[in-house]
Amino acid sequence: MLKDITIGQYFPGNSVIHRMDPRMKIILTFVYIVMLFMASNMVSLLVGILFLVVIYAISRIPPKMILKSLKPVVPIVIFTAVLNMFFVEGDPLWKWWIITITKQGVMTAVLMSLRIVCLIAGTSLLTYTTSPIALTDGIERLLSPLKKIKMPVHEVAMMMTIALRFIPTLIEETDKIMSAQKARGADMESGGLVQRAKALVPILIPLFVSAFRRADELALAMECRCYRGGEGRTRMKQLRLQYFDFTSAFVVLVFLAGVIALNHITPALLPFLVI
Amino acid sequence: MSIIKTEELTYVYSAGTPYEKTAIDHINLQIEQGEFLGVIGHTGSGKSTLIQHFNGLLEPTSGKVYVDGEDMWADKSKLRGFRFKVGLVFQYPEYQLFEDTVYKDISFGPKNMGLNEDEIDNRVREAARFVGLRPEQLEKNPFELSGGQKRRVAIAGVIAMEPEVLILDEPTAGLDPKGRDRILGQIKEYHQQSKTTLLLVSHSMEDIARYAQKVLVMNQAKVFLHDTVDNVFAHAKELGEIGLSVPQVSRVMMGLSEKGFPVNPNCYTVQKAADELLRVLKGGNANA
Repeated sequence: MLKDITIGQYFPGNSVIHRMDPRMKIILTFVYIVMLFMASNMVSLLVGILFLVVIYAISRIPPKMILKSLKPVVPIVIFTAVLNMFFVEGDPLWKWWIITITKQGVMTAVLMSLRIVCLIAGTSLLTYTTSPIALTDGIERLLSPLKKIKMPVHEVAMMMTIALRFIPTLIEETDKIMSAQKARGADMESGGLVQRAKALVPILIPLFVSAFRRADELALAMECRCYRGGEGRTRMKQLRLQYFDFTSAFVVLVFLAGVIALNHITPALLPFLVI
Repeated sequence: MSIIKTEELTYVYSAGTPYEKTAIDHINLQIEQGEFLGVIGHTGSGKSTLIQHFNGLLEPTSGKVYVDGEDMWADKSKLRGFRFKVGLVFQYPEYQLFEDTVYKDISFGPKNMGLNEDEIDNRVREAARFVGLRPEQLEKNPFELSGGQKRRVAIAGVIAMEPEVLILDEPTAGLDPKGRDRILGQIKEYHQQSKTTLLLVSHSMEDIARYAQKVLVMNQAKVFLHDTVDNVFAHAKELGEIGLSVPQVSRVMMGLSEKGFPVNPNCYTVQKAADELLRVLKGGNANA
């Protein structure tokens, strides 16, 4: 049952987006976030949505996955929408007792909700199309200037990689230990809070013991292969920017320019769409 | 009477996803009270999935499991009772130990059964004796013991529940030959003394030939053979075709027989083969 949890939501594929340099993908994701927040009206935000649709299509990630990534943020979206709807001042559309809904309120609510949805869908695309290892690799390289001020960038990245690597292993282990204790009659489904917490002890202790054992073994194995931190370490797979990375950077910048332009044009052409 | 019976038992992992996999496929089985059954098959043949159905850890996708004639999933509130009837020792069971003394760890199962102190004490000491733990070891911290001893503690933890059926999933994996023989010998002795039904999952044809009375061969989610040891190993060729082999010593005897030596090729243990060879050799001397 624990196997159903997806951690590191990588969705394997072989699209151009999947093959892009992780560094470029991280940077462009940040640019996209900036783009979303710069979009000050519906029309320019539509450009942001259009961009999202296009790259999801190119990367061949099933639309079902977008819904999956949006599920946890639904409460935040609703909360934001409701707050904006009732508290933005302007021309009243509907009034009852002390509650007023304004035209500006509704528009801000829609704009903000769409923005959050795009934000989540856009950043999810990064984790859908980039394997966790490539992602940490990219982060390490992007942060490497910080080594100059003695930040242990390589070590942090290695820790992230190891943590990601061991998540499925530990889930499997937890599953096994749970089954073993259930086979000895452990009851994890009934009882009050205290009893349930107590029922976790037979699972947590073996799990901790095995996590420490694995850490020990891994440290030993790494030392046997002469691992001594990032200094002087080279890579088997060098990250190199390809032609497509530059093309996509260019495309993103064009979209960004489009958003900025529409921010200025829309009020003149379609004034009713401006808050 | 059959103690465990399955009807069209099927289990599908991750149904409805691209990773869907049928682990066991319409299994019909009857396991008799008191028998010692060896279960053999490749990794992924479904044997671990099958045994997890016998004590209700997995719910069948379709089909039924009967223990003692009772449908296991008819009433979910009674499920826990079946776990005490059918004891399951997992692979590498030493990784499930958690208490600070061996005694407390072995008593975890009996305590969950709600037995009284005296009964628990009796059962813990009896179980420890069966697996060859000395009384003074009961007060030790299980994490201080050696790997083989930890495994004994874990096995004792299940035996202490005095299940009607004891299932052991590769109890000797990762042990040296001496430790393996000791544990299997103790299991055999336990079987003889307690009249428990015993299921032993193993990769070793030698061990199965030596200890089991019947063999269940699983292949690609289905029962390939389920018969007495002699009858199963008589299918040496078919076993070879699914990538399993008969014990080494049988291959030697079969080879000798093919080369024209007048030996009985159906010897599955070293002892039997040695006796057979001696018989033939002595007979040969007499004729010469």
